[in-house]
Amino acid sequence: MTSQVSSPTTPDRPVLGEQRKPAKETRKLDRVVIRFAGDSGDGMQLTGDRFTSETASFGNDLSTLPNFPAEIRAPAGTLPGVSSFQLHFADHDILTPGDAPNVLVAMNPAALKANIGDLPRGAEVIVNTDEFTSRAMGKVGYAASPLEDGSLSAYAVHPVPLTTLTVEALKEFPLTRKEAERSKNMFALGLLSWMYHRPTEGTEDFLRKKFAKKPELAEANVAAFRAGWNFGETTEDFAVSYEVAPAEAAFPAGTYRNISGNLALSYGLVTASRQADLPLFLGSYPITPASDILHELSRHKNFGVRTFQAEDEIAGIGAALGAAFGGSLAVTTTSGPGVALKSETIGLAVSMELPLLVVDIQRGGPSTGLPTKTEQADLLQAMYGRNGEAPVPIVAPCTPGDCFGAALEAARIALTYRTPVLLLSDGYLANGSEPWRVPELDELPDLRVQFATTPNHVAEDGTEEFWPYLREPETLARPWAVPGTPGLEHRIGGIEKQDGTGHISYDPANHDLMVRTRQAKIDGIEVPDVVVDDPDGQARTLVIGWGSTYGPITAAVRRIRGAGGAVAQAHLRHLNPFPRNLGEVLGRYQKVVVPEMNLGQLAHLLRARYLVDARSHTQVTGLPFKAEQLAAAIQEESADV
Amino acid sequence: MSEAPAVEHRTPGLPALSLVPKAEAKQSMKDFKSDQEVRWCPGCGDYAILAAVQGFMPELGLARENIVFVSGIGCSSRFPYYMNTYGMHSIHGRAPAIATGLAASRRDLSVWVVTGDGDALSIGGNHLIHSLRRNVNLKILLFNNRIYGLTKGQYSPTSELGKITKSTPMGSLDAPFNPVSLALGAEASFVARTVDSDRKHLTSVLRAAAAHPGTAFVEIYQNCNIFNDGAFEVLKDRTSAENAVIRLEHGERIRFGADNAKGVVRDRATGDLRVVDVDASNEDEVLVHDAHAATPTTAFALSRLADPDTLHHTPIGVFRSVERPVYDALMSEQLEQAVEQHGKGDLAAMLAGNDTWTVVG
Ligand code: SF4
Repeated sequence: MTSQVSSPTTPDRPVLGEQRKPAKETRKLDRVVIRFAGDSGDGMQLTGDRFTSETASFGNDLSTLPNFPAEIRAPAGTLPGVSSFQLHFADHDILTPGDAPNVLVAMNPAALKANIGDLPRGAEVIVNTDEFTSRAMGKVGYAASPLEDGSLSAYAVHPVPLTTLTVEALKEFPLTRKEAERSKNMFALGLLSWMYHRPTEGTEDFLRKKFAKKPELAEANVAAFRAGWNFGETTEDFAVSYEVAPAEAAFPAGTYRNISGNLALSYGLVTASRQADLPLFLGSYPITPASDILHELSRHKNFGVRTFQAEDEIAGIGAALGAAFGGSLAVTTTSGPGVALKSETIGLAVSMELPLLVVDIQRGGPSTGLPTKTEQADLLQAMYGRNGEAPVPIVAPCTPGDCFGAALEAARIALTYRTPVLLLSDGYLANGSEPWRVPELDELPDLRVQFATTPNHVAEDGTEEFWPYLREPETLARPWAVPGTPGLEHRIGGIEKQDGTGHISYDPANHDLMVRTRQAKIDGIEVPDVVVDDPDGQARTLVIGWGSTYGPITAAVRRIRGAGGAVAQAHLRHLNPFPRNLGEVLGRYQKVVVPEMNLGQLAHLLRARYLVDARSHTQVTGLPFKAEQLAAAIQEESADV
Repeated sequence: MSEAPAVEHRTPGLPALSLVPKAEAKQSMKDFKSDQEVRWCPGCGDYAILAAVQGFMPELGLARENIVFVSGIGCSSRFPYYMNTYGMHSIHGRAPAIATGLAASRRDLSVWVVTGDGDALSIGGNHLIHSLRRNVNLKILLFNNRIYGLTKGQYSPTSELGKITKSTPMGSLDAPFNPVSLALGAEASFVARTVDSDRKHLTSVLRAAAAHPGTAFVEIYQNCNIFNDGAFEVLKDRTSAENAVIRLEHGERIRFGADNAKGVVRDRATGDLRVVDVDASNEDEVLVHDAHAATPTTAFALSRLADPDTLHHTPIGVFRSVERPVYDALMSEQLEQAVEQHGKGDLAAMLAGNDTWTVVG
């Protein structure tokens, strides 16, 4: 079977009257890691996004890592103000945004200083020489120019006066110098697009749409973009360009697009509402890095989606719970600090046994922590962060694209078992992106639910009654009777209820029964078995992770196997309840290593639950693991096996 | 879930409830009593309010299953258990937020919030002011007894300064809220005050609140005979009430006292309101109450007439009732507009976006 990748943006359309295939020497590469870095005001995220889109439509596999400061406009030219976007693309399937960039684009001295340490020897560095004034260099502690003092001799440095060239290219446009300078990121994008043979039409279309109201700005940006491309083509400094072939074998047949985690999650929620045939209601309060879900869902009102920007986190989940009582598929989206505020209402939802999705896009903590950096340290908060015995199912997506399926899965559990469900994504998944196969509609799960419509109990005197806490024996779910249903009027609340009738009850034996029943309901949720990847069955060490560490762990495991080592891998998407076969799987291996971006929260749960000597490998830098370091750590942990 | 069609169920005279289905048969007070034993302290003012609400509900003629009572925590918040409608006894202070989600997603429901001075003004203050400013179709009944009852007698955010309670043996230090002033400041479109023991007045206020499209805020002075007995006695005792209570009637001059000898006039120098003895010389200066005034300025001034310590000159009735856009109606309109502009949501098109590529197997 042969596979073929074709792009709808026909790659052989001429650009600027010349053939778009560069005339210079072309070298083939199997993968490249590029990092764009500049001031937060330099448009690096946009530049990275565009290069990603070009790369996606070309058919490479890819993975991205945006990294930006929490401040909207951090002080210009300073190290904390540096914003970067890393993109890894390849002709085969890849799992991470790459450990170390092969190419760094540094728009100013701060960007160079903040990123140069991550580069391997021989990496290419494109610097915007216009910004290397003594004042700008002084600001970040360069006494002498790193472009001249030989400190960059290990790298292939391309000094390019990006600002001057951009202003020069735009001199025909009615723009001030300052306005013209702003297009320098598009010049850089054009240059990189030339270097890596990226299709350019998508970016030009994008710019024309983005600046539809200001056509002269659109044309200026297109001109800067083309000037950058031509600069690569004509300057001697860039003698070679590179080709990274489409990742033909990496993808099963289908229609693909590039997708970020937050976008996939938003689509998952809209899709779940369609599949459940229930209107979607989002109650949310803006918080980084979850706000994009609120923004995205607000754009889909024609799907009957109601988005409610609440006065605070508590009102966000409160409104969602009210909507759930009324029969909506209700969602609240937030990050760790917001979950802390919502926990009392999550407890109420546990007690009232109503379906509710609580989406936590984790970020560095505690407290405000690192709003724009990633971490997975809310697992124990999700698991235990409520008063009383208040078990809540937990689902965690493992890649940006998986956020779609994880949202559907969380909705399935919430609707089937009438329970709040925590969906634990994180900043890395939320903002990172990858190619995603667009599902066919008939592949999607049926999530339809049956509301209660008739009384479910006959009283001793023969009258028919509705008992809101009379459970389905299989799932232990209670009936969902929504207001507007005649004859089923009932009252629910946070006070302990009598089993069956739902009346207030302070009876000790009844409370004991209800606590155990709520726990049994969650413990009994059907979740798929965990799959172990152990190709030759020889491994004595199992590496197990959850959530966004899937990419780095899998890449690390591949490295170890590539070097002749044997290691088994498993990844958890369900953290409460755990898959039924998990205990047996853990028992099969002499060593269990648990890499996490926290101080060992999953390891703690596994040890407590299964009495295994799970070894934690942790990192809390606000950045994902690097595959090489992780591989070394896993090998070290399993050395004495 | 589809909303009830607007035309079929139109309830004349109740624009706020035009989407709520009507009852098929005539209802009586009994229909609204649940089978639960009422557990307030004997003599508590809550009983009178419950009876008034249960007695008033049949007048609305709404399908019982389309009525929902949502409460927070506190003595008053037990209320939903006693109403034979749908109900939720939620968590402390959050009822307005929860009810907002319900009302905004289900316009075929008549949603009532029952709360107290601690629940609404202390722990839930934020939700109260934001629901008022949003103008969601909710009816908020705030039972104000100026004390924490359920937690056994600490001072509340409406207790008078210097209140001696278990938590303030030397007297409370913080100045109280005036709930009506607060609601008016929070852009409420309907603000009223009434008293638990005056069934007729209470019912008339409920009637006006029910008819109001948007959030209606009703403060009900409620006696907690266990921890703050007689807090409103001055407004209830026949003789003292004459000089203490000012009954507001839209379109009427604001007069009160024995033989209506007192009236409210505007002070020319300050623009503020004050109480005067009315005689032939100033009769025409007595303010005519306009609940529909465009600005809340005069309503606010009225809310400040009462002396917070003695409660003398306490206006009751509807301070303000104005029409302004209702949140849930606007939200629904946006959904319809979105369909008009972009067509009904096409799932396949949304998932694919506009930048796809195909891998052929
Ligand atoms: S404590 Fe006061 S408010 Fe509460 S039920 Fe008793 S009398 Fe009523």
